[in-house]
Amino acid sequence: MIKIRDHNELFKQPDYQEQFERKKEFEKPWPKEKVREVSDWTKTKEYRDLNFKRENIKINPAKACQPLGAVFCASGFDGCMPFVQGAQGCVAYFRSHLSRHFKEPFAAISTSMTEDAAVFGGLNNMLEGLENTYALYKPKMIAVSTTCMAEVIGDDLNSYIKTSREKGVIPEDLPVPFAHTPSFVGSHIVGYDNMLKGILKTLSEGRSGEPNRKVNIIPGFDTYTGNYLEIKRLMALMGVEYTLLADVSETFDSPNTGEYKLYPGGTPLPEAMDAVNALGTIALQKYSTVKTMDYIKKEWNQQALTLSPIGIRNTDTFFEELSKLTGKPVPAAIEAERGRAVDAMVDSHPYVHGKRFALVGDPDQLLGMISLIMEMGGNPVHIVCTNGDKHFEAEATELLASSPFGVEGKVYINKDMWHMRSLLFTEPVDLLVGNSYAKFLVRDTGTPLLRIGFPLFDRHHLHRYPIIGYQGTLNLVTMIVNTVLDEMDRNTIDTTSFDVIR
Amino acid sequence: MRQIAIYGKGGIGKSTTTQNLVAALAEAGRKCMIIGCDPKADSTRLILNRKMQNTVMDMAREKGTVEDLDLDEVLLTGFKGIRCAESGGPEPGVGCAGRGVITAINFLEENGAYGDDTEFVFYDVLGDVVCGGFAMPIREGKAKEIYIVTSGEMMAMYAANNISRGVLKYAQSGGVRLGGLICNSRQTDMEYDLISELASKLGTQMIHFVPRDNEVQRAELRRKTVIEYAPDHPQADQYRELARKIADNKNFVIPTPITMDELEKLLMDYGIMEKEEEAAA
Repeated sequence: MIKIRDHNELFKQPDYQEQFERKKEFEKPWPKEKVREVSDWTKTKEYRDLNFKRENIKINPAKACQPLGAVFCASGFDGCMPFVQGAQGCVAYFRSHLSRHFKEPFAAISTSMTEDAAVFGGLNNMLEGLENTYALYKPKMIAVSTTCMAEVIGDDLNSYIKTSREKGVIPEDLPVPFAHTPSFVGSHIVGYDNMLKGILKTLSEGRSGEPNRKVNIIPGFDTYTGNYLEIKRLMALMGVEYTLLADVSETFDSPNTGEYKLYPGGTPLPEAMDAVNALGTIALQKYSTVKTMDYIKKEWNQQALTLSPIGIRNTDTFFEELSKLTGKPVPAAIEAERGRAVDAMVDSHPYVHGKRFALVGDPDQLLGMISLIMEMGGNPVHIVCTNGDKHFEAEATELLASSPFGVEGKVYINKDMWHMRSLLFTEPVDLLVGNSYAKFLVRDTGTPLLRIGFPLFDRHHLHRYPIIGYQGTLNLVTMIVNTVLDEMDRNTIDTTSFDVIR
Repeated sequence: MRQIAIYGKGGIGKSTTTQNLVAALAEAGRKCMIIGCDPKADSTRLILNRKMQNTVMDMAREKGTVEDLDLDEVLLTGFKGIRCAESGGPEPGVGCAGRGVITAINFLEENGAYGDDTEFVFYDVLGDVVCGGFAMPIREGKAKEIYIVTSGEMMAMYAANNISRGVLKYAQSGGVRLGGLICNSRQTDMEYDLISELASKLGTQMIHFVPRDNEVQRAELRRKTVIEYAPDHPQADQYRELARKIADNKNFVIPTPITMDELEKLLMDYGIMEKEEEAAA
């Protein structure tokens, strides 16, 4: 019988090790000393200065592209098929990226544009794609976004969709919202924003009527399915009727019943259509909803608030404003949750106080984390935001300046994780916050990593636990303090300080 | 706000005609804006009295991304308050000028370049509708009126017909309409009648016949429109007439492009081809 080893063990075996040695004769690598010398040089201040002057390359940027955000958003509506006008490879990437994070299947259509489509335009791809999608997958809505290829040749989605209706490939009354989402501009959060605006615009057309007393909640590009369940729980506790726009929780976290559902859930279309008649709209993220919120303010004439409930202060503001908007008081049960979260912070704060943090991720999550860390007495030092703009830079800088724990903090927009690597070597920190790609910084610098954000490929189920509200704050506090304590154990393992009580 | 796109064969005088007619509109007190959709960026030179230095794409190249641009860096004000922007684009032979136009127009729209009081926006578009990028100005929600600059030369007429085919495509699915042909005279044989006939074959009108006059050239050398350089010259009145006709125009149609054979027959009917053949014989 052959013993099968996985790759973690296989390549450590003597025969492979010998092979690696023999290959060097042909590979002619630089001598080990030289490699070490250069490696050491990349840890210096001199290298950091050169690194920050880098203009023409991004190394390990913390962002994905617009259409990924667009298909993610589209999948949050009931019976909606995300449909991408563009090349197949792009859509394969969105699907695998989302599947690797959520460990769930994800369906999206590509119109399979090839070279001839680049020359003649993608109208035929759109026609055939829409016809097939409608016939095979029977969607209630098809949400169209684009890849670079369709954008470079200037495909006009609006006229293509109209032509598709005229030619009868899709019914007149099938909602087909669209968004131009070139990958070479912005990031996944912009794509989310563009798609959501497109969907709401299409669905709300001609629906303005009787007020429905509900509150619209826009989670933004939020990949924590636990957050969606948490919002639902909190709204029920508050006794507030609401519509989640877009509700991806079941798309990416549906019960295993042994049966595959192409459309596992999402915001029901009638509810989304009625969103225009709501009391007001609350976005839980700012930078992934800029255009959508602007549209809602102007076209729906609604109160449009952006309240990101990460950490105690932000969650307080969230409930205060929600209470003002709806006239409903905050129930004792939620106040008790607040009390427990604060109690947990007091218990753990001696271990977090004075700890230095480096953070990398999306703008809104960074703002939430900075706020929470400072509430715990931690010091955010390096804040790297690849997809942050000038407004984010100003807002984050102001937030840091609002607390004595933020004095050392510096915000770097348009920078990547290779910049972060230089920062970590030249000005070390105690804890790094980032997505799975930040693990390479762990390998290089030895900084312990707290996995928060998207994507999280190499740890399971983290997205199932909320990070918003008081409960989410408690979860974050737990993760932060236990990461600190794990590190403390690792560092004291051979000493008398390897304590059982921490 | 009326948004108007000007198309026509390369070198036919789109930019000169556009700037002169916009200058005439501005002179009459109308609030106008010109957006040059051509990598050469020469659609606003006569209004600004100098070549636009900061095109949207130039600034994007300098800053690395369009997102870092400020509107007032690329939106300048020239003669009689006419606001000017140029898309700019790559050097000849590289990159994608069409995408440059898309990027530039998106930038201007998103940053509110079209002020609330603007009455006319003119898009001066390079040559033919060669790719999706150069159709950007006539997509839904943008220019609904198109004028084609042409002359009695066969290739200019051929281009006008070709552009009509592009317009037809967008007219069927959207609200884009052809407002007329502007004949920028080259003093070819029977030019007036020929273009009038071509216009009627395309289902539209020859909105104005701009005679050839060297005053235009003299004004251009001084980086000015005739309206500004020689307001009392008869040629200035020609542009004022064109401006008035466009402002008052009510004749907007879905064009009916013709075939190459029909176009050749048209030239034959007007005896131009025979004359040429006689001359050759």
